[in-house]
Amino acid sequence: MAKRFSFLLVVALVFSLLTGAAFAEQVRVGLVLSEGGLGDQSFNDAAFRGLLRARDELGIYFSYVEPFDISEMEDHQRFFADAGMDLVIAIGFTHESAMYSVAPDYPDTKFAIVDTVVDLPNVASLVFEEHEGSFLVGVVAGLMTKSNKIGFVGGMEVPLIRKFQVGFEEGVRYVNPNAEVFVGYVGDFNDPGRGKEMAISQYERGADVVYHAAGGTGLGVIEAAADNGFYAIGVDSDQDHLAPGTVLTSMVKRVDLAVFETIKDVVEGKFAAGVRSFGVVDGGVGTSEFNFTKHIVPESVRQKVEEARQKIISGEIVVTDPTK
Amino acid sequence: MWDLIGLLVNTTVFAATLRMATPLLFTAVGGLFSERSGVVNIGLEGMMLIGAFTAVAVSYFTGSPWIGVLGALAAGSLMGFLHGVASIKYRANQVVSGTAINIFAGGLTVYLQRLIFKMAGVSEAVPRIVDVELPIISRIPWIGPVIGRQNPMVYLALLTVFAAHIVIFKTVWGLRLRSVGEHPGAADSVGINVYKTRYIAVTLSGALAGVGGAYLSVAHLSRFVEGMTAGRGFIALAAMIFGKWNPIGALGACLFFGYADAMQMRLQEIGIPTQFVQMMPYVLTMIALIGFIGRAVAPKASGQPYVKEG
Repeated sequence: MAKRFSFLLVVALVFSLLTGAAFAEQVRVGLVLSEGGLGDQSFNDAAFRGLLRARDELGIYFSYVEPFDISEMEDHQRFFADAGMDLVIAIGFTHESAMYSVAPDYPDTKFAIVDTVVDLPNVASLVFEEHEGSFLVGVVAGLMTKSNKIGFVGGMEVPLIRKFQVGFEEGVRYVNPNAEVFVGYVGDFNDPGRGKEMAISQYERGADVVYHAAGGTGLGVIEAAADNGFYAIGVDSDQDHLAPGTVLTSMVKRVDLAVFETIKDVVEGKFAAGVRSFGVVDGGVGTSEFNFTKHIVPESVRQKVEEARQKIISGEIVVTDPTK
Repeated sequence: MWDLIGLLVNTTVFAATLRMATPLLFTAVGGLFSERSGVVNIGLEGMMLIGAFTAVAVSYFTGSPWIGVLGALAAGSLMGFLHGVASIKYRANQVVSGTAINIFAGGLTVYLQRLIFKMAGVSEAVPRIVDVELPIISRIPWIGPVIGRQNPMVYLALLTVFAAHIVIFKTVWGLRLRSVGEHPGAADSVGINVYKTRYIAVTLSGALAGVGGAYLSVAHLSRFVEGMTAGRGFIALAAMIFGKWNPIGALGACLFFGYADAMQMRLQEIGIPTQFVQMMPYVLTMIALIGFIGRAVAPKASGQPYVKEG
């Protein structure tokens, strides 16, 4: 299947090379998504939104591919580089090792990778200050809890997810020093069954708000909350609609923004390699719009979130980043 | 110390144990039928996954999760039958055939998921089977909170175990099944149709694995998530071996795995390092296998294709 897919890709690319020649000055972008692929309502969809926005606003030419598994990443990156793309964007930390082997072979091509750092002279590493966004939803949790017990469910205990946990705990403590945060890691990002059980076990110990940073596993956390009548907090994309009224808010990571800004830099000739982080200050991370929970989360709480946001921007609050 | 015991020995942990053991129970009993007939079924994981997906898709279109479970049963049966065709008719290596089913299921469910729900990773929420409360039992102290209010599928899983025990050890067909798995040549010589018995057993194992997957997607949860079985098919296989190819033994093993899982979640929350806690179910399994269970003896003809003589 992969072979046939690659063949189609070749056809598509040859065709696009021919048509693209007419617009030689157009910036050409190749996007390699992560294994989740389009339609994940999260990471990949957000990246694609950024790409479409760049097409509409900046008039770029683009092509994209949805890899089936990690072993394909290198081929796809190399393919776009060979096809003469100006910028090759790879979504997700699963691209890391592939990019280390591809990018040095194409010193004139610009590369960007999301969610991890690849330290090479032609690679821009787009990372997020997840701890800052998690701090803000921690403020919501700290103010909304009645039992003073709050849960955190992580996918796997890796440095990236620790950032969510630590930021969240600090946010809770900032507004509610008496609150206790139970921390649980499921050990899997695609096991909603265990996610649900983990959340239930926290609920049984008294937690009434549970935040998840666990991908597909987290959907079980949201179901546990809806079933048992406690609150959940979503992550990565706006998950408030998954269980309206149960998901208080979501810690939103604007991958679309990171993709768009990077393309814009290339178009404007300002592309710079190195780490570029998106945090609260540039709207790269934050809370959802509370579209389904305005009647549950009082104005005063949302006010507090806004205050915390301003204080993070001004530097009055510095959220700990456990990876540094 | 008493806090710790209170955390690990209470009704909520036992209720969680039952919930987590349920998908394993269906699947382990399924695997048992297959192996008792002499066909190794390593494709249980894939059959579960297909069952989980089918249940959601059918529940989505019909609005009834129970019809979804029937759909899962049918889809699982089909996968079981395919495994049968490969390993009985074409005498393919049964481990390879099973592995192929696992890989196939991973790809197929992702593909259909995107086709039907137009989104990757996760399906839409579908109607699910809700918990029921048993009238008298739920009032009994200790027992009530554990089994008094559960999902109907949990009760169904327990019934399946006992039904399987009766079928395998108390019926004529069960005797034939076991003889086919132990010594197909001898079974054949007394007129038992080895192929037919094996086909039925393998198809049944797929059906049960499909239902195990359906429990995850339309009873415990209400949507499909790619790869949501997360290795439970293999754990069920281990439970079957652990339980010495015996339904009641498998029940014990599944409850043990379920309890280890429920326990590790609660231990994490009191600050014991997660990596250590998460390996406990597996360490306990190894200790139990070495120390307490003794040698697990598989049906003699397990894994061997049967070639009819003459």
